[in-house]
Amino acid sequence: MAEMHPPIGTHPVEMEMPAAPDNSVLGVWIWLSAESLFFASLIATFLLLHNQNNGGPSLGKLIDLPLTFVATVTLLSSSLTMALGYAQVLKQNYGGFRFWLVVTAILGLAFAGMQAFEFHHLYAEGFRLNSAPSGSAFFTLTGFHGLHVLFGAFWLISLLFFSFKREFVEEAAVKVKVLGLYWHFVDVVWVIIFTVVYLMGKVA
Amino acid sequence: MATHSERVWHGGGQVVVTGDEEPRGLWSWLTTVDHKRIGQMYMGAGLFFFLLAGIEAFLMRLQLAQPDAHVVSAALFNQLFTMHGVTMVFLAGMPLLIGFINLVVPIQIGARDVAFPRLNALSLWLFIGGGLMLYTSWFFGGAPDAGWFNYVPISAGEFSPGPGVDFYDIGLQISGIGTLMTGINFLTTIINLRAPGMSWLRLPMFVWATFVTSLLIVFAFPPLTVNLFLQTFDRLFGAHFFTVSAGGSPLLWANLFWVFGHPEVYILIMPAFGIISEVVPVMSRRPLFGYTTMVLSVMAIGFLSFMVWVHHMFDLGYGPWVNSIFALSSMLIAVPTGVKIFNWLTTMWGGQVRMNTAMHWVFGFLITFVVGGMSGVMLALAPADLQFNNSYFVVAHFHYVLIGGTLFAIFAGMYYWFPKYTGRFLNERLGKWQFWLVFIGFNVTFFPMHFLGLMGMPRRIYTYAPHLGLTLWNSISTDGVYILTAGMIIGAINVLWSYGHGELAAADPWDGRTLEWAIPSPPPAYNFEYIPLVRGLDAFWVEKRYGNGRMLPAPEEHHGPPGTIHMPSPTAMPLFLALSIIVAGYGLILHSLVLDIIGFGFVAVGIYRSMFTVDHGYFVRPHHIEGVRADG
Repeated sequence: MAEMHPPIGTHPVEMEMPAAPDNSVLGVWIWLSAESLFFASLIATFLLLHNQNNGGPSLGKLIDLPLTFVATVTLLSSSLTMALGYAQVLKQNYGGFRFWLVVTAILGLAFAGMQAFEFHHLYAEGFRLNSAPSGSAFFTLTGFHGLHVLFGAFWLISLLFFSFKREFVEEAAVKVKVLGLYWHFVDVVWVIIFTVVYLMGKVA
Repeated sequence: MATHSERVWHGGGQVVVTGDEEPRGLWSWLTTVDHKRIGQMYMGAGLFFFLLAGIEAFLMRLQLAQPDAHVVSAALFNQLFTMHGVTMVFLAGMPLLIGFINLVVPIQIGARDVAFPRLNALSLWLFIGGGLMLYTSWFFGGAPDAGWFNYVPISAGEFSPGPGVDFYDIGLQISGIGTLMTGINFLTTIINLRAPGMSWLRLPMFVWATFVTSLLIVFAFPPLTVNLFLQTFDRLFGAHFFTVSAGGSPLLWANLFWVFGHPEVYILIMPAFGIISEVVPVMSRRPLFGYTTMVLSVMAIGFLSFMVWVHHMFDLGYGPWVNSIFALSSMLIAVPTGVKIFNWLTTMWGGQVRMNTAMHWVFGFLITFVVGGMSGVMLALAPADLQFNNSYFVVAHFHYVLIGGTLFAIFAGMYYWFPKYTGRFLNERLGKWQFWLVFIGFNVTFFPMHFLGLMGMPRRIYTYAPHLGLTLWNSISTDGVYILTAGMIIGAINVLWSYGHGELAAADPWDGRTLEWAIPSPPPAYNFEYIPLVRGLDAFWVEKRYGNGRMLPAPEEHHGPPGTIHMPSPTAMPLFLALSIIVAGYGLILHSLVLDIIGFGFVAVGIYRSMFTVDHGYFVRPHHIEGVRADG
């Protein structure tokens, strides 16, 4: 079967592979594609169950759209500040980077705070995780998103501490890039949740 | 500077270690990030869980050997078949295959390790921890008892009040997260760490199988993660996802489960296909017939595996249109699978087939897997399935594909790769005894189940009345189990004995074609003294046929400082993180706030330390630097 392999010498050696992304960056992309399926499953669950109120209040009547709009703007702004921070890292201006990192974390925590306020309000109105399937689906979907925001804030603050260490400089670009990918992903998921849960819930 | 890799070769390829040996002792295994050691631990733990699941099966067959028997109670029988299924799928089948993936894939692509060695160790410990946690349910009021797919409402708090199903939800969640990380890790590894010249269409078939398997893991496990969370919330926090009286939907569980579950069974068979595709060409001394169609058919099977999940639920009333579409997509999978079967046969045709034990398992695989595939097509016919469903016919079918397919391929891989990773052959004489006993015992056990199913015996039933005419085939089936068990015991003796006393193996005992045969047996921790240059499909065989029988080194820029090899440091952090997650899991199941706080607190610490500890690694200076030996 020798003829199945062309003799060496006539066979071009494919040395020039395209420049591969850093392992961490590629790994995070793959992880986020799994996360997409995670949120897709939760959103499908919400769409299936959002009208099952078990005799309790329906979500559409309880939604405070102006509050959620402010929260949305807050979270989307944090994507901008994250990108500004990454730009500072590329310029090796670590002071500027830390400033935008702190702003991003504050915006993220502000979003989480508004979400906590909203949850408190909904619980007071009797719309709860254990009141009806619609409540279960709502709090699970938005709650898991909120946990992702909190984890992002934890990551931002951890990176802030790490940025004062000597090892930071050699890995700064990659460390900030993967965090940025995650943070933008969490924001994009919120855009979908805002549309599907809040806007469609209000017009329904 | 580590000095533990000073090795010299002489005496027909035996490895004699002259310097300090590689680190030994329990701690070195607990902290290792070496893909070969992690792979061996996956194999060891997988075989341990395989033994447990085998004992469970043995007890079930004892109970069913005679009508109205009282070997186990009905309640215990429910726990036995649930744990048997969960264990075989999640704790034996997948880990044994992931073990092979860990052992083989980095070397086959010419890499020194996986992309994320520490994450790889975390995957291992999460799998072992989640599995052991699941088994501790026996001590906390009983194992899960709602079947391996754990349908609501029988798995809901109302009908399954004990903590068993909570152990299912949280134990599988933990081991599932480990599996997901394995998928991410190996996708990154295969995309990024291929040696120079190892283009996509030069990847060995086992690497292709791993690539598609990893894709399936990454896209199939998130729906399971969600499903397990939903049920956890229902059972622990009173949510109403599946509560019918409140308007919840049990069909949601069924659909999310099978959206995961069908790709899952392809996760269990795809690496098995890869193993067969490695063994057949080497043992037939021919290149794999139709390499490109093999790649395409693996991708087609992977794609179609997401399109067929409703065929597990033809009787749930989705109507003729939905059922017809899913019946057709299910039958379509037989086409790429058939392509693979014929390509293996055509590879052997005209080759010099060596009838050693590995090849025995391949033939056993081909015969039984085709039988299982045929009954699979019968089950895909929706109207017929309404008759077969929930009968022993289904049990017969999936044991033909999972034992005859996955397990026989795992055994073929064990006899094929054992000499590479231990430096010793498995005993051929014992191996053939094992093969014939298992092959005959398997068919005697499971072929009668086709008849039992057609005679109307339902699955998951703990006993049957004497006048139903089921006694004869049931007793024959249980007789087969004794033969099967004898074969498995011989296999276990073979592995344990050969590990220390087997015949010594050279580097390339089978006249192999792929890169793992170009390095010593067992491989050094750093795999390759230099990164090899790949000049064709079947990289090592090309060098033996056209070159001087050794891999050429890749150009300079692919190496570190000359004469030294950079290695990642061992670390206890993955084990610590996995233990923290287990503690947090127990906290949830036992409603213990203290355990939750301790567990999740340590998880936060562990994640911080894992993300922000910079590992500078260490350097190895191999003594034997002149070249990778082809002759061993």
